[in-house]
Amino acid sequence: MLDDFLVRAALAGLGLALAAAPLGCFVAWRRMAYFGDATAHAAILGVALSLALALPVVMGTMVVALLMALLVGALTDRGLAMDTVLGVLAHSALALGLVAVTFVPGVRLDLSAYLFGDILAVTKTDLAVIWAGAGAVIALIAWRWQALLTATVSPDLAYASGLDPRREQRILTLALALTVAVAIKVVGALLVSAMLLIPAAAARPLARSPEGMVLIAAGIGATAALSGLWGAFVLDTPAGPSMISAAALLFAVTSAGRFLKK
Amino acid sequence: MTLIEAQRLEVTLGSHKVLSNVDFHVDPGEIVTIVGPNGSGKSTLLRLLVGALRPDAGKVIRKPGLRLGYVPQKLMMDPTLPMDVMRFLSLPKRVPASERQAALDEAGAGALGDRPMAALSGGQFQRVLLARALLEKPDLLLLDEPTQGLDQPGSAAFYRQVEQIREQLGCAVVMVSHELHVVMSASDRVVCLNGHVCCQGHPEVVAQAAEYRALFGTGTAGALALYRHEHSHRHDAGCDHDHDHTRDHTHAHPRSEAH
Repeated sequence: MLDDFLVRAALAGLGLALAAAPLGCFVAWRRMAYFGDATAHAAILGVALSLALALPVVMGTMVVALLMALLVGALTDRGLAMDTVLGVLAHSALALGLVAVTFVPGVRLDLSAYLFGDILAVTKTDLAVIWAGAGAVIALIAWRWQALLTATVSPDLAYASGLDPRREQRILTLALALTVAVAIKVVGALLVSAMLLIPAAAARPLARSPEGMVLIAAGIGATAALSGLWGAFVLDTPAGPSMISAAALLFAVTSAGRFLKK
Repeated sequence: MTLIEAQRLEVTLGSHKVLSNVDFHVDPGEIVTIVGPNGSGKSTLLRLLVGALRPDAGKVIRKPGLRLGYVPQKLMMDPTLPMDVMRFLSLPKRVPASERQAALDEAGAGALGDRPMAALSGGQFQRVLLARALLEKPDLLLLDEPTQGLDQPGSAAFYRQVEQIREQLGCAVVMVSHELHVVMSASDRVVCLNGHVCCQGHPEVVAQAAEYRALFGTGTAGALALYRHEHSHRHDAGCDHDHDHTRDHTHAHPRSEAH
């Protein structure tokens, strides 16, 4: 069954959708959308470094994404405006990555596979990496769920309860770097944060509890992944962008539903 | 044994020195009211006690195993986070629904359980925060301007409730108030803060006097009392704030005025 490239693609999309749901909800609740963007864009630099050093791409992207996230955290702690820091870092990392890739000796590389994903070329090994990464992200967030939620509602309340909100922030940063690393192959560096944010945003009008929002986001993300893939197959469109378009369509539907109810 | 003790706290936020040389302590079962004008560092002191802020100098010593119940002044809930009151009360520890309902009842918010947090009014939000603080089974309850936006009968009712809670739980209470002169009559101690501790003392229980009853209106039933500031110290160098409260209201200085 795994010999069919479409089955592999569907499983890769599902794996990403499941990991993106809980993380994407936190990205929405904590207003980290640009943070996700910056981390994901930095991944291109990771791709360049991995190729130059002949390391696995997943490892390079994860390390660079993690460094990027830590850098953003350190700079904003020093009182620089988050908005500006992220704008500078996100695009600098992307540009630097694109420049760095051209210095990698050997074959000229098809960058669009890393920018927009190449889900139809997912191998069995890729699939194992994607599901292992997704499992790790889900396990991390499930383990810290109550503490993460408390720190999201109010860092001060978390402190009063003996928690350390900075530690919870680091957990999310780690989960984000992991997600970016496994998502590169599926939707690409440019659309990772869309895969995080859009299903969560689409789930919001239907949800009445944080847990409910995560489950609905997972359902919406999975639906978007599968229908996007099907659309790509039928219409012969790029798979990653088709999945995000499907998610955007679902967002439009749930938002319109809320608007009409009012 | 003292529950919590702050020694020579110094805090600078940006370039502004918010607190300097502040000593503060709370004993078990005590009610301490902190008063002071806006920007005097009251909330900052509370956040230092909670551990949400680190002092630039000095230290906060807690009794080992001290349980805190903290009611912040305000709390921004992101509208993208769907959460009703009952779910909120299960953070960070999961608590049985019956206990959560009991805490809501005790805080005077018994009917709010299934309301979304985002749909609560300011006063309702305060009560829900109080219910959550009670669920921590605190040794020390920290309240940041809990009566803001309440009229005097409302404040008086809230103060009576806090007194009841202290009796039931045996916890100490630290309450911050921007009211400089009218305080909770059950306060064991009033601390006037303005970047440093200006003065401290006991509130005067004046509920019996007819003119004070008229001043506070009916329906406050002795829950309010006056606090008389005694600022005998002088500030010469390095002091950029106002020590005289006469700008906002008539201020009785017993040393300079006859009573």
